[in-house]
Amino acid sequence: MKRAEAGEPVEISLRINGEKVTCRVPPHVTLLRFLREYVGLTGTKEGCSAGECGACTVLFNGRAVNSCLVLAVEADGANIRTVEGECRNNRLSRLQELLDKHHAVQCGFCTPGMIMSIRDLLARHPKPTLRQIQEGIEGNFCRCTGYVQIIEAILEYTGQLKKKGELKRVRG
Amino acid sequence: MNTKETLEPVESEEAPPIIGENLPRPEGIRKVCGTALYADDLKFDSCLFGRTVRSPAPRGRVRHIAFGEGIPWDEFVIVLPDDIPGENAVTLIEKSQPFLATSVRHIGEPVALIAHHDRALLNKALKAITVEIDEEPAIFSIEEALEGKEIQYGRDNIFKEYRITRGKLEEAFSEADHVLEGVYETGAQEQLYIEPQGVIARADPKGEVTIWGSIQCPFYVQKALAPLFALSPEKVRVIQTETGGGFGGKEEYPNLLSGHAALLSYRAGGAVVRMIYDRREDLFVTPKRHPSRTRIKSAFRKDGTFLGLEVDFVLDGGAYPTLSSTVLSRGILHSFGPYRIPHADLRARVVFTNSTPYGAFRGFGAPQSIFALELHLDRVAHELGLDPAELRRRNFVKKGDTFPTGQVIKEEIDLALLMDTALKKADYARKRKAYEEENRKNPRVKRGISLSVFFHGSGFTGSGEVMLGSKAAVRLLKDGSVEVLSANVEFGQGTNAMFTQITAAILGIPPEWVRIHQPDTAVVPNSGPTVASRTTMIVGRLVERAARRLRERVLEEGGLSQGYTGEEFRETAKRLAAREEFREEAQYVPPPDVHWDEQRYQGEAYSGYSWSCDVADVEVDMTTFQAEVKHFVSVVECGTVVNPIIAAGQIEGGIAQSIGYALYEDVHTERGVMVNNQYTNYIIPTTADIPSIEVSFIRFPLCNYGPFAAKGIGELPADGPAPAVAAAVAHALGYRYINKIPLLPERIAAVVLEEEETAA
Repeated sequence: MKRAEAGEPVEISLRINGEKVTCRVPPHVTLLRFLREYVGLTGTKEGCSAGECGACTVLFNGRAVNSCLVLAVEADGANIRTVEGECRNNRLSRLQELLDKHHAVQCGFCTPGMIMSIRDLLARHPKPTLRQIQEGIEGNFCRCTGYVQIIEAILEYTGQLKKKGELKRVRG
Repeated sequence: MNTKETLEPVESEEAPPIIGENLPRPEGIRKVCGTALYADDLKFDSCLFGRTVRSPAPRGRVRHIAFGEGIPWDEFVIVLPDDIPGENAVTLIEKSQPFLATSVRHIGEPVALIAHHDRALLNKALKAITVEIDEEPAIFSIEEALEGKEIQYGRDNIFKEYRITRGKLEEAFSEADHVLEGVYETGAQEQLYIEPQGVIARADPKGEVTIWGSIQCPFYVQKALAPLFALSPEKVRVIQTETGGGFGGKEEYPNLLSGHAALLSYRAGGAVVRMIYDRREDLFVTPKRHPSRTRIKSAFRKDGTFLGLEVDFVLDGGAYPTLSSTVLSRGILHSFGPYRIPHADLRARVVFTNSTPYGAFRGFGAPQSIFALELHLDRVAHELGLDPAELRRRNFVKKGDTFPTGQVIKEEIDLALLMDTALKKADYARKRKAYEEENRKNPRVKRGISLSVFFHGSGFTGSGEVMLGSKAAVRLLKDGSVEVLSANVEFGQGTNAMFTQITAAILGIPPEWVRIHQPDTAVVPNSGPTVASRTTMIVGRLVERAARRLRERVLEEGGLSQGYTGEEFRETAKRLAAREEFREEAQYVPPPDVHWDEQRYQGEAYSGYSWSCDVADVEVDMTTFQAEVKHFVSVVECGTVVNPIIAAGQIEGGIAQSIGYALYEDVHTERGVMVNNQYTNYIIPTTADIPSIEVSFIRFPLCNYGPFAAKGIGELPADGPAPAVAAAVAHALGYRYINKIPLLPERIAAVVLEEEETAA
């Protein structure tokens, strides 16, 4: 990255869902706006633009970040993953299938960010405990589900939910 | 419309297997892939961004709007009230709220609009504008409004008043062994859909307006915008984009917001204008759940027989009437609960204050009045020395009983069974006793358990559905699939799945062959707003009837015989659709025995009720005074459950939202506006705050007017959790008088410390 005058666009180069992207972007543009408006990946959502709700979560070198709090120029050279990178060869990932199956998705607005936080969680804890799941997605607000069906989907993904309704016993 | 048609109640228990199946959401895949298009995801070649200039004062005349120096104002699109081509008033129940005010009634009220293609410059420009107001005295509380200070609406600051009376209340009080009075208060609550409000507008000055947006009621927006531009309604096209939650918050506010975006576009010669609120602006200006104050006086025999109920229910409506009268109506019509009460006098008022107008939020007035009654009953039970469940059991309505509205219960309901199912699942009896013993020994942590029993009416109140006269349609597509056309939007609650399952069930085809047309006023019939727990029960029945008609015609005109296979249907459908538009419509027909007297507020307020019992199990930390829900049980009777996993998910989400209402969610207002307008200090439950939630369904013998005897669910979980949680906290604290939510630690501390002081 070349040093630039304040406000002048800077050339950045990064990988987004495995693909190399090079682009000039003013230094004040957030990674969220960069993804949505410069790259055209609108799967990542803006819920608060203050790092509070998690709707804009993406993976930054493998770790979940609120993309509204990161400047695009800070992502120069980084590996970014967004919800658009979940499908492989036009097929849903198993995580997507299970979120859909368990109706962990209602309005869907928190879902892209939620998926990215779950990816971060699973990278750290392949078989997370209930508490680890709760802490792992605590920063992702969902106003529709009450989180129960999201947690059920994660438990099934990690082979910890054999029967429907088991969550109630796990938690109760 | 076939006016001769009479609607039959659905009594059969036999529904095709797809009814009751956990069908995936038709729109689920695009949501998990991030390809679902919400308003802000729509791409246009060029667009302007719009912002709103707002009043800094709660009341007064706008003297001057100063456009400060250092901004290239000639590059901006600016709209002032004088630039409005038609009527400067939002058409809703009354036409009183202006799109742009010249005389303001609350802080944050829109007075002008600006747009520019450069967002950074736009935001800088907004800061350079000063709105000068000749300020007048304002009022901010229910008390000030009722005292008649600074009358600003009608003769007494009262937007609307209702009165329901039955029997002779004075007889109840003279006959009673026990009379108890209490006052209960609830705060405002923010819907907090995760997608903020947003619309995109194109208003061609030649006379066509198009709105794309996050909207619950596309036809409301059409109705509001036609007079704004002096156009006929069909010139205003409203298209719902994928909507990231609403909970009532996107029922009426999009009227105002769409008007603003369209005015800017009109002024800009038809350029596309985007108005997507950020979270802070959304929380600052959009309507929230009405704060309430309810005074209750009850009369009981010492054996627990309910003799009489006096209710004085007051809501703060804010600065414009908007939807307040209907919120008030639903509030008072749920204020008496599922109990046999021979004598009742129920009074309801909604008052003016110089606050941001309060509006629709899941439950629509019922959560406030149910909170008051259910918490009051808990106190009554305690004073009579009865278990709160037992007190309720002795007074439940049964088939043949009459509500204070004169409505006779025609369904075979068994509320004792409903309650007992919940109590058993929650291990209520054992826990209640055990907690009382434990609490005596443990000064650090107190535990409590209590319940609420309640109902929620499906559909518009009284004659509301007749006045709406909703229509829905079903048509064949060229590929042989079937498309449902309605104005009812999917915003997370499952509209798409409900209509798909109902249509597939009637036509006997796989659900993959059913399509749902995106609500677009240019294409779909007006099936009414997506509110009032009406989508499944009311509109679902229209879809069912339209699908039946389509089926009959396909059989007749396509030469299909009964017992056809799905594949045969599809081939026939292809053939028929190729010939001509093959479409069938159904319009609302009121059930034959449902009558409503708007003057006396008597009759069948709702044609169907869903019933529920909630049990909350809580813990209070006596060091921090933080209350926490540990376990929550909800048993629901909503007739046939069309899709159990969607229904359960909707209820779980509603419970989480209502636990927030009971414990955390404090809309802090100063001079009538929310000042904690960010997630940092408006606290909603996260995964860390949610207890184990157990939802289950029971069914009473089926007899109602919904499709396959399904009733509404959406709002039910907004009603019961708060009083159950508050009563459980009262139980934990050894029956201290809890009467106000949210139960923040400081409020619990005040209750506990005050009593300790009194005792000392």
